[in-house]
Amino acid sequence: MLLYDWFIAPFAEFAFMQRALLGAVLLSLSACPVGVFLMLRRMSLTGDAMAHALLPGAAVGFLLYGLELLPMTLGGLIAGMVVALSAGAVSRLTIQKEDASMAAFYLISLAFGVLIVSLRGSNVDLMHVLFGTVLALNDEALSLIGGISFFTLASLAIFWRALVAECLDPLFLRSVSRLGPPVHFVFLGLVVLNLVGGFQALGTLLSVGLMMVPAAAARFWTVRVHPMCALAIGFGILSCVSGLLLSYHASLPSGPAIILSAGVLYIISIFAGARGLLASRVRSRSHRTA
Amino acid sequence: MPACVTFEDLTLGYNSHPAVHHLNGVVQKGSLTAVVGANGSGKSTLMKGIVGILKPMSGHCSIAADVTLAYLPQQSELDRSFPARVIDLVTLGLWPRRGLLGRYNSEDRKSVADALSAVGLEGFEKRPIDTLSGGQLQRALFARVLVQDANLILLDEPFNAIDAKTVADLIGLIKRWHGEERTVFVVVHDLDLVREHFPDALLLARGSVAWGEARKTLSSENLLRARQFHEAWDEDAPWCATGDAHEHDRAHQPRGVA
Repeated sequence: MLLYDWFIAPFAEFAFMQRALLGAVLLSLSACPVGVFLMLRRMSLTGDAMAHALLPGAAVGFLLYGLELLPMTLGGLIAGMVVALSAGAVSRLTIQKEDASMAAFYLISLAFGVLIVSLRGSNVDLMHVLFGTVLALNDEALSLIGGISFFTLASLAIFWRALVAECLDPLFLRSVSRLGPPVHFVFLGLVVLNLVGGFQALGTLLSVGLMMVPAAAARFWTVRVHPMCALAIGFGILSCVSGLLLSYHASLPSGPAIILSAGVLYIISIFAGARGLLASRVRSRSHRTA
Repeated sequence: MPACVTFEDLTLGYNSHPAVHHLNGVVQKGSLTAVVGANGSGKSTLMKGIVGILKPMSGHCSIAADVTLAYLPQQSELDRSFPARVIDLVTLGLWPRRGLLGRYNSEDRKSVADALSAVGLEGFEKRPIDTLSGGQLQRALFARVLVQDANLILLDEPFNAIDAKTVADLIGLIKRWHGEERTVFVVVHDLDLVREHFPDALLLARGSVAWGEARKTLSSENLLRARQFHEAWDEDAPWCATGDAHEHDRAHQPRGVA
């Protein structure tokens, strides 16, 4: 019965926990594979930059309509897209690489965001935008997350081959197809979309955690992209479940509890993963004949 | 022989500085040509121009209508840490046939398996690419070119840092393509290799120093002329006046050579 009390009862007995679980699972389904591709493109920190970039859009939505889901989401989406497109355009049209242009645009965007929030509202509102509340997801937020999740998975399935080719051998892709640049922008669009989906639940700052940490953990276990994405989703869901339970039993804030759970999985993976530290230690002590 | 690729007064470069300069000439269908020249003489740039990755600053590079193209860039462009297996890398070569969404059928899988055995990589299908040696990776990339089944094949320095045995095997493949009347255009540094195996050569020093039969092209006179080429990138170089041929030649006279 202890097991039931600990693991099942919170979800079985409380509707807000069920909603939180559903939202988090849907979010893991789409954000984690996006994170895998971000990591494989060596853009792990880009997610973080984009998360900051959403702020002014969300803030304008908040300024005009208060704490409403749709305006804040649309605002965040527009701000994120503007920053992604501008940074991408500068890196393609000038000598500057994307990391530098991204840094410049997201910092400008962040400053705008803080400015706008400070025009109205208190720190409490800012805290909501930055850190979200997975325990207060309403129907509207859930359907938004569901839609984003479906759209992301469909896009990944359609563009899978091009995404892999663009990461592995971009010049090859350019020699056989013109899809390279559009696929890059579609991908950045998916990053923004998933961060926007996550910010109701986890806030702009922590939604990137659910995207990147399970992906980084999955890298230690497998050498193929498909299983890596599946594993990242599994880690994401596991982190959400354990984070929500921790939050419930220990009265901790849910967002950090989820990301810290993912962090524990990451640290375990560093050591215990099939390509982790322990495995390479064991391998280095013995060797094959050929 | 009909033209496969035609260069008309083609200038390619970066930031207003030409890397390939007013190149004219024709790559004929079914020809096997080595592109030779010093570092910075425009060989890789020319390849990118043919592929269309780099747009001409002036002039044209036109490719015959029925040409399908396979391009093997220098190895440094590939992300070797990407989690892919040999078979995943070679399967990319199916793109021209199947595109973004087409399903791979048993014939496709057979062509991948045949290509792997043609380059001597049977049994390597499931090896992660980060465990391959330089020679093995190059074999895998040649297998991908085989799968592409193109009639114009562009290879950019395919023999760099590759051992003699592998070079011999890859030359065998190139000759097989030549025998199948595909057009093959290869950047090579080893002149002995060119003299021995390539019927034609293009000696490049931004412009063409000589282009034709390989042994004649690589005469000591031509090589000396090519050696006078400077790998110069002069911020203050005069602007190229294309209208007046005489003016133009003078503007590009290497410094110190009257």
